[in-house]
Amino acid sequence: MTIAETPHMEPRPEHPAAQAWRVFRTRPAALFGLLLLVVIGVVSIIGPSVYAVDPFEIVWAPLTAPFQTPTAPLGTDYLGRDILAGLIIGGRATLLVGLTAALITVSIGIFIGAFSGYYQGWVDDVFMRITEFFQVLPPLLFAMVLVTLFSPSLVVIALSIGIVSWPATARLARAEFMRIRGLEYVSAGRSIGARNGRLIWRVILPNALAPLIVSATLTIGIAILFEAGLSFLGLSDPNVMSWGLMIGGGRQYILDAWWVVTLPGVMIFMTVLGVSLVGDGLNDAFNPKLRDR
Amino acid sequence: MAVLRVQDLVVDFATRQGNARVLDHISLEIDEGEILGIVGESGCGKSMTALSIMGLVPSPPGNITAGSIKLDEREIAGASSEQMRTIRGNEIGMIFQEPMSSLNPVFTVGEQIAESVRLHEGADSRAAFARAVEMLQAVGIPEPEKRARAYPHELSGGMRQRVMIAIALACNPRVLIADEPTTALDTTVQAQIFDLLEELQKNRGTAIVLITHDMGAVAQLADKIAVMYAGRIVETGAVDDVLSNPRHPYTRGLIACVPHLQVKPTKQRHPLLEIPGVVPSLTELGEGCAFSPRCDRMHSKCLQHQPVLETVPDTGDNSHRVACWVTEARADDV
Amino acid sequence: MSDQIGEREYLSVQELKVHFGGKSLFGSGSIVHAVDGVSFDIAKGTTFGIVGESGSGKTTTALAIMRLTHITSGAVFLDGTNIGALQGEALRQARCAFQIVFQDPYSSLNPRQRAFDIIRDPLDLMDVGKPEERAEMVHALLEQVGLRPEQGALFPHQFSGGQRQRIGLARALATKPDLIVCDEPVSALDVAIQAQILNLMSRLQKELGLTYLFISHDLGVVQHICDEIAVMYLGQIVERADRMTLFSNPMHPYTKALLASVPSLHADRKNRATRQRLKGDPPSPINLPKGCRFASRCPLAQEQCHQMSPPLRELENGHFVSCHLADA
Repeated sequence: MTIAETPHMEPRPEHPAAQAWRVFRTRPAALFGLLLLVVIGVVSIIGPSVYAVDPFEIVWAPLTAPFQTPTAPLGTDYLGRDILAGLIIGGRATLLVGLTAALITVSIGIFIGAFSGYYQGWVDDVFMRITEFFQVLPPLLFAMVLVTLFSPSLVVIALSIGIVSWPATARLARAEFMRIRGLEYVSAGRSIGARNGRLIWRVILPNALAPLIVSATLTIGIAILFEAGLSFLGLSDPNVMSWGLMIGGGRQYILDAWWVVTLPGVMIFMTVLGVSLVGDGLNDAFNPKLRDR
Repeated sequence: MAVLRVQDLVVDFATRQGNARVLDHISLEIDEGEILGIVGESGCGKSMTALSIMGLVPSPPGNITAGSIKLDEREIAGASSEQMRTIRGNEIGMIFQEPMSSLNPVFTVGEQIAESVRLHEGADSRAAFARAVEMLQAVGIPEPEKRARAYPHELSGGMRQRVMIAIALACNPRVLIADEPTTALDTTVQAQIFDLLEELQKNRGTAIVLITHDMGAVAQLADKIAVMYAGRIVETGAVDDVLSNPRHPYTRGLIACVPHLQVKPTKQRHPLLEIPGVVPSLTELGEGCAFSPRCDRMHSKCLQHQPVLETVPDTGDNSHRVACWVTEARADDV
Repeated sequence: MSDQIGEREYLSVQELKVHFGGKSLFGSGSIVHAVDGVSFDIAKGTTFGIVGESGSGKTTTALAIMRLTHITSGAVFLDGTNIGALQGEALRQARCAFQIVFQDPYSSLNPRQRAFDIIRDPLDLMDVGKPEERAEMVHALLEQVGLRPEQGALFPHQFSGGQRQRIGLARALATKPDLIVCDEPVSALDVAIQAQILNLMSRLQKELGLTYLFISHDLGVVQHICDEIAVMYLGQIVERADRMTLFSNPMHPYTKALLASVPSLHADRKNRATRQRLKGDPPSPINLPKGCRFASRCPLAQEQCHQMSPPLRELENGHFVSCHLADA
């Protein structure tokens, strides 16, 4: 019996995740997006302790333009509150809502999609009818109803966004589960004694994750925009400073004081841009066709 | 007279691991009405040879570095993509392994054949469709008028490959390149397609380049054979000469490693001959013979010098050539 | 591959039927008769081959025996137990005794698992050996299929097609099965690699006394490796005989046509035109004809062939043919 491998070809073990990172780091746009997110994240987390100004405190005359006073370097809003302080701490609430909503979306989506795609038959029929019910509801209106019914707290807002946006993820997860379930390594798993639970969560899910991670990343961006939209309509938590709240409060003064709305708007734009670039990069990184180039 | 003459063709690919020479001084010649079989394992360069002739080498990363491809004494290796478009279809046709992915699912097969006729001959649409029906009949599809109005998914695999052949033949090409045309088909259907190809070669004088991994297919269909390994031709000649008296250890291995069907099987069964190891990576080829790591007759010279194609002495004509330092005839001088 | 007949009927498949389609919650579809009444026995330590073209039901037969697709009716006895009727935990435990090697070496291994874990999984799941001995067992299995133990650290994409098929074999061998179902195990491999895998399978059979059910469309490979062969057409066995008989004395017109269509290395190319070819394609397994399923393509078909379905008859000792016109 010959050993089937010639010695000079022995490669080092390379985990699929390491392969993905190898592709990701060759994308300048994706790396730029990642840098944006890291900067925004770091500023939101440690910024408030470096620049310790209460964003709700009135520090100067209302509607002062940027660069007029060192007390409020980026100007003040309609109540005379420091805009820079708001921008720094507002990222916390915005990112938190975005992340939580994306997590809820993906959790519901994967759960429904996994059972639908794995068991098929009547399970699939029932779950897909439920998914379609949620899909035909107008998302913004439905979220508004939920937020109005309960108090407009961050938790309720995150939940509402999650509840209206999971169907797309569920459909994606279902398609992936159906595809992978038909592959021979799943049959092989059953043959060597794996039970359904193991096949669903330990065998199929890790292999279905790639497109779901991409979609989850993009969902963060959508959720942040959604939160901003709700805030703009006045449906945000008035006790927690967020970029959306800043835009919502300043919207009447947009013609007189551009900075009140524009500066938090730029922050939201940068965050969503960062998320989208990272999402695109991940999409390429998980594409097997781009790996071996 | 050779319809198609490829001389010292070199194709390089830029990869992450460095330059890969996918074709290394390939020379081929095919006459009118002749069938040339190109055989080898995947990655040996047989499909790349076909793509080079068709002017379809993806560039970048690919590049024809040197050599010439002559169609009727006309150089086509450096032709513009506009010129190649005219040549493809009009003078060279091609059929692929998977007919389903080569057909457009939203048009009927008749429309697709007619489209090809219109593009290359400028016939009006009614004449082109009539021609399409004629072509379907010519490739042995029953009820051609009815089938012309069928969509690709409504046909079986064998039917679809016939349609592909009809499209390739619609403009009477001088050369037909068939890249593993029956690999996706059942044995009985494969036999039908082989019969069809042979009929075309006989009745129309089409020169056919058959690219395959199946020595049996070559034995049955081809007049000439070229065995490729790691981007080079290692043995070539008339099919009968090469198969009855293979000189290169790789050719011998390819013939012996496949269990060929016997009409009267023997009771005793022997293990198959193995070619150990796998095809080397094209970026890691050394100085010597690319096959030497897998060769059971490897000699020190094999590691240092690349063998060149040389005529095998004592054969009928001079067409049988082999690239090996240790063929029996030469075994004494090494 | 030994020609001696061991324990007859180690695997006994009786009137196996697998139908797909039919009613669902929100509609109904037509029924596909993928496997329609298939029976055969395999003696212990021998190789039984099933040949046929696409749509013949050979792979579905394999998957049904493996209990990887549902069984509409019929029984599958393995060493006296009807594994076709087992359910739940009993079925899971019984799987130790029968394993499968798949066709596609790319989709049959989980891309996120190292080779070592792929082979270790069955040991853990089926509780084979003591936990502390299992790493050693995996190394032994890797060596048994011609891989080096340190290669266990690699992921599937780092192996060639032939090596992946070796890993698939090692996984199948892990639970020490007696029956291995091989579903086209070499047809996705390069010709030069096929011989390596076929020789490995023969060697393992000798060493471990394995019984193989070998599914293939390649008659050359089947002739090389199988002791007894069944030819399937549209969900049914049309001819069944031992290796020597089937190839030297084929009786069913379909078997004859199949053998004639294989390109031979030393073909007399001048005489090829006189050979008879099958016309057309098999009918669909949804709307099956009333009579013989092969009649529409059969060069010999007569009136009775279209009217009545021929039974599988034993014409000689151990030579079964399903044709009205065949005579011993």
